[in-house]
Amino acid sequence: MSILEVENLSISFQQYGSGLKRRTLDVMSNLSIALEAGEILAVVGSSGSGKSLLAHAILGILPDNAKTSGDIRYNGEVLTPERLQSLRGKEIALIPQSVNFLDPLMQVGKQVRQSARKGDAISRQKAVFERYQLAPHVAKMYPFQLSGGMARRTLLSTAAVSGADVIIADEPTPGLDETVMKEALENFKEFADEGRAVMLITHDIEAALTIADKIAVFYAGTVVEIAPIEDFTGNGEKLRHPYTKALWKALPKNDFIPIPGAQPHLDDLPLGCLFAPRCPLMTEACTKARPEMRDLRGGKVRCIHAT
Amino acid sequence: MRLEAKGISFKYGKNPWLFQDVDFEIEAGEVVGLTGVSGRGKTTFCRILAGFERPVEGEITLGGKPLQQTGVHPVQMVLQHPEQAVNPRWKMQKVLQESGPLDDALRERLGIERTWLSRWPNELSGGELQRFCVARALAANPKFLIADEMTTMLDAITQAQIWQAVLEAAKEREMGIIVVSHERNLIKRLCDRVVEL
Repeated sequence: MSILEVENLSISFQQYGSGLKRRTLDVMSNLSIALEAGEILAVVGSSGSGKSLLAHAILGILPDNAKTSGDIRYNGEVLTPERLQSLRGKEIALIPQSVNFLDPLMQVGKQVRQSARKGDAISRQKAVFERYQLAPHVAKMYPFQLSGGMARRTLLSTAAVSGADVIIADEPTPGLDETVMKEALENFKEFADEGRAVMLITHDIEAALTIADKIAVFYAGTVVEIAPIEDFTGNGEKLRHPYTKALWKALPKNDFIPIPGAQPHLDDLPLGCLFAPRCPLMTEACTKARPEMRDLRGGKVRCIHAT
Repeated sequence: MRLEAKGISFKYGKNPWLFQDVDFEIEAGEVVGLTGVSGRGKTTFCRILAGFERPVEGEITLGGKPLQQTGVHPVQMVLQHPEQAVNPRWKMQKVLQESGPLDDALRERLGIERTWLSRWPNELSGGELQRFCVARALAANPKFLIADEMTTMLDAITQAQIWQAVLEAAKEREMGIIVVSHERNLIKRLCDRVVEL
């Protein structure tokens, strides 16, 4: 059984325009995804594709004007706000994207010690700082005194000492140099080997490939493909969705050649397939209806042309 | 034209030296990678080159002469987080016009759609905002561009789109580029040579 299951999650925001005009923005549509114990699922996609929203929906920290439908289940039971309250930080931990999530008025060592639920907080904080190459005196510093990479490592430390079963890491690696990045990724791998589940949200496919088991590709608020990492190879022949293929080919280590255009804006989404306006395989059928997610070659894809 | 930094040392207030006696040079049209472990002072060094900080010791020359103190700075910098680099209370059109009149060719080359000009910064994604920041820097006609983790937060397709446009512009104008990045494959793809700080 999956430890965490998201089924048909849709999110919309109520917004007020000029005057009393109210509009509803659909920011996520029918998203389904599952996290298995002992597994790392990477979630990749461009900014604005809904990656962070998913993390915030799971943790129940969406803004007040958000409306959701669909189910999120933890260990088979629906996650209610009350249940979340008792699980957050203990069984489900978030490594937030922005380093602004650190408390600006508390020494960072203390912030990490506060997150340690089991064992001796002081020794655990010291051990994790050593692991991430943060000097002992850093524990007494405040967030504004840290470089971007050091703040990032502090956030990683809080999750590492929490002992949670599900770790949701929202862009944990940008700005880290190679050795620390490797250390962080190793650490995620260890979490998974200990039987925990890790959701690694990132736009860095190459980093994801080094540790993940599966990759879910997001585009404009939905999942277009879920593929085992072995499929990310060569020219992307084994990949299913045209967007995934384009993403793969645009990497600096591959062709470094982009497809034109941009992800559609949420207030101007196409009626049919969300990728159709940029898709080389687009036919009339693509513009009529949103394709359903279907199983294909050991993965999932949302495209009527994928074979 | 060569940009040269000689014997640059820097520290914040009474803190220990961040770096000491650093030499660096880049020729017009050259693409140079700048790497180093996190916290080493890469961003601070770039800020000195772009005139946001004064070095405690050492000097910077452009074409053998000290940098001018007034007017548009010939070294422009694009940062990692575009949302921190634009005025949140200005619409994008005004943001873009800060460095000069609108240049439609440049705008199109960077994939900035005309409709985005009437939006507020918080209505655009990071990738879209970063295109504006690049356009704003290029419109100032800099001799050198510093890309400090410019595409680190962006997906691969947007990253390739922006770099394609920047490299084309650099070639036409003989503009030099300093690339700060931790991504080895990106550095390998872009740079003529790499300097470690």
